[in-house]
Amino acid sequence: MPQNIADKIFAAHLKDQPFEGTNVLSLDVVMCHEITTPIAIADLEYRGMDRVFDPTKIKAVIDHVTPSKDSKTAIQAKILRDWAKRHNIKDFFDIGSNGVCHAIFPEKGFIRPGYTVIMGDSHTCTHGAFGAFAAGVGTTDLEVGILKGVCAFRKPASIKVEINGELGNGVYAKDVILTVIKELTVSGATDHVIEFVGSTVDSMSMEERMTLSNMAIEAGGTCGICLPDEVTLDYLWEFIAGEYDNDKGKALEDFKKWHSDEGAEYASVIVIDATKIEPVCTTDYNPDQVILLKDQKGMKIDQVYIGSCTNGRLSDLHAAAKILIGNKLAPNVRGIVSPATPKIFDAAMKDGTMDIFRQAGFCVTNPTCGACLGMSNGVLAPGEVCASTTNRNFVGRMGRGGMVHLMSPASAAAAAVKGELCDPREFL
Amino acid sequence: MKMFGGEVIFLDRENINTDEIIPARYLTEVKKEALKPYLLEDLELEGFDSNGEKLQRAKIVVSRKNFGCGSSREHAPWAFEVNDINIVIAESFARIFRQNMFNCGMMAIEMPKEKIDSLFALSKKGNVIADVNFSAKKITFKVAEDEVSESFELSEFDAALVEAEGWVGYADTRY
Ligand code: SF4
Repeated sequence: MPQNIADKIFAAHLKDQPFEGTNVLSLDVVMCHEITTPIAIADLEYRGMDRVFDPTKIKAVIDHVTPSKDSKTAIQAKILRDWAKRHNIKDFFDIGSNGVCHAIFPEKGFIRPGYTVIMGDSHTCTHGAFGAFAAGVGTTDLEVGILKGVCAFRKPASIKVEINGELGNGVYAKDVILTVIKELTVSGATDHVIEFVGSTVDSMSMEERMTLSNMAIEAGGTCGICLPDEVTLDYLWEFIAGEYDNDKGKALEDFKKWHSDEGAEYASVIVIDATKIEPVCTTDYNPDQVILLKDQKGMKIDQVYIGSCTNGRLSDLHAAAKILIGNKLAPNVRGIVSPATPKIFDAAMKDGTMDIFRQAGFCVTNPTCGACLGMSNGVLAPGEVCASTTNRNFVGRMGRGGMVHLMSPASAAAAAVKGELCDPREFL
Repeated sequence: MKMFGGEVIFLDRENINTDEIIPARYLTEVKKEALKPYLLEDLELEGFDSNGEKLQRAKIVVSRKNFGCGSSREHAPWAFEVNDINIVIAESFARIFRQNMFNCGMMAIEMPKEKIDSLFALSKKGNVIADVNFSAKKITFKVAEDEVSESFELSEFDAALVEAEGWVGYADTRY
């Protein structure tokens, strides 16, 4: 029977089917951060099972609140830090070398086509951009993943989202995914994998594909998968060249084994004409409440946030800087930019991008999740409005009583300059 | 197995997300018990009071579509668990929340819209008490003289997790 990529990854990792419909998969990577992992660690200790299945397959980072903001977050960081040390987890990233999990782990080459990945974080779907099956899980699933290297899934059906055509000026991957979520609705992909295909996706960089895959969960999706190709290969080459005897052709052939077969089954197929997509943002409190920015003009904002695992990468900072150059933040608007990893931070310092942000009046923070989940570094006060490049606008996300409008970095930068939501094409 | 059944609280809105169930500011807690006072603290819903007696007495939640969407935090089921709420019944659930519930030996039960509607209708008559028969997979909702019985379905795996009080114990003996 023809299989899609998720079918193939499931088949290759199937360890047990204790009951019909329950697939226990072996895991290639288990990722951990300091918010959801400490309770798993504490429970393992309590049960007398403080072990890890394979320290080389566990990746850990302190990223959500870093540096710690109070003694409680310091304790969480310490629990993770001590545990990583105790179990000889070498791929552990702490203050000075840490960054947002879904940005730093791919950057280190940890994710490969065909991998199975879990993390106690809903945006784990990001790593599907590499042709992997990557899913967010809760602490108990994480705990079992750490201990046994397995996770149970109901086999998700796949939705094919085919996006064709060239994106217009001022239109970015974020506009594409918000448009897709509007179409699918906030729960339209629940228990499904979204497979992104089409010429638009083919011509996207890995950074753009990660933006797409990152928000699969906002439509309820288990994972957002892109098929591994030359772009994936080039991104990963420095890490994998040795495994393929420096032969790119060989690697590409190997990647292709994961591609969905002709005639594979899909629960549904959605076709989107990329040439018709315009700059958009969310309005109200659900990620599927998406409207054209040109129709949302005049909405005043208090804060602009550029960062996160969705849009805190170098190309995102460049897109924002292109609009900010020579401009200043509007009066009464606060700007915060958080490059997602130290590598991105360094590159943005070297190429002058950070100067542009600073000259525009932005506060530059270290790589961290911070304001994205309303825990530190830019939490909103009740009644405040934020133009944000993050991925979630649910009630209270960036602070109790705050309103978050999700958009691309260019759109957020345009809003920063204008002091209100606007179409970024006004600046391009 | 956990205790199931008791007074029902009705949350009449779709897409109630995990930030509303337990706000991010409490994710710094490393003990489940510490979450107890904060359950549903940020949920703004007409007639709902997160400090009210109604929530304190509740043992079952009934809600609408896509319950538990958003962040993967298992703190959401835990916040229910430490408040002795071990069942949520809804028209549908977000995948991670649903799995987290069963992983903790709790139940996330899906019922079709008509049934959920009829339960909401029942709630207009007064306090609803539910009796859960796990082996028969049946829940009886009572209010004054009225009584409605609904059957529910669980996959074998979900039932096994409920019986084993969660996934850690199950997985450890098996893998
Ligand atoms: S940046 Fe935001 S969405 Fe991404 S992992 Fe951090 S908190 Fe989650």
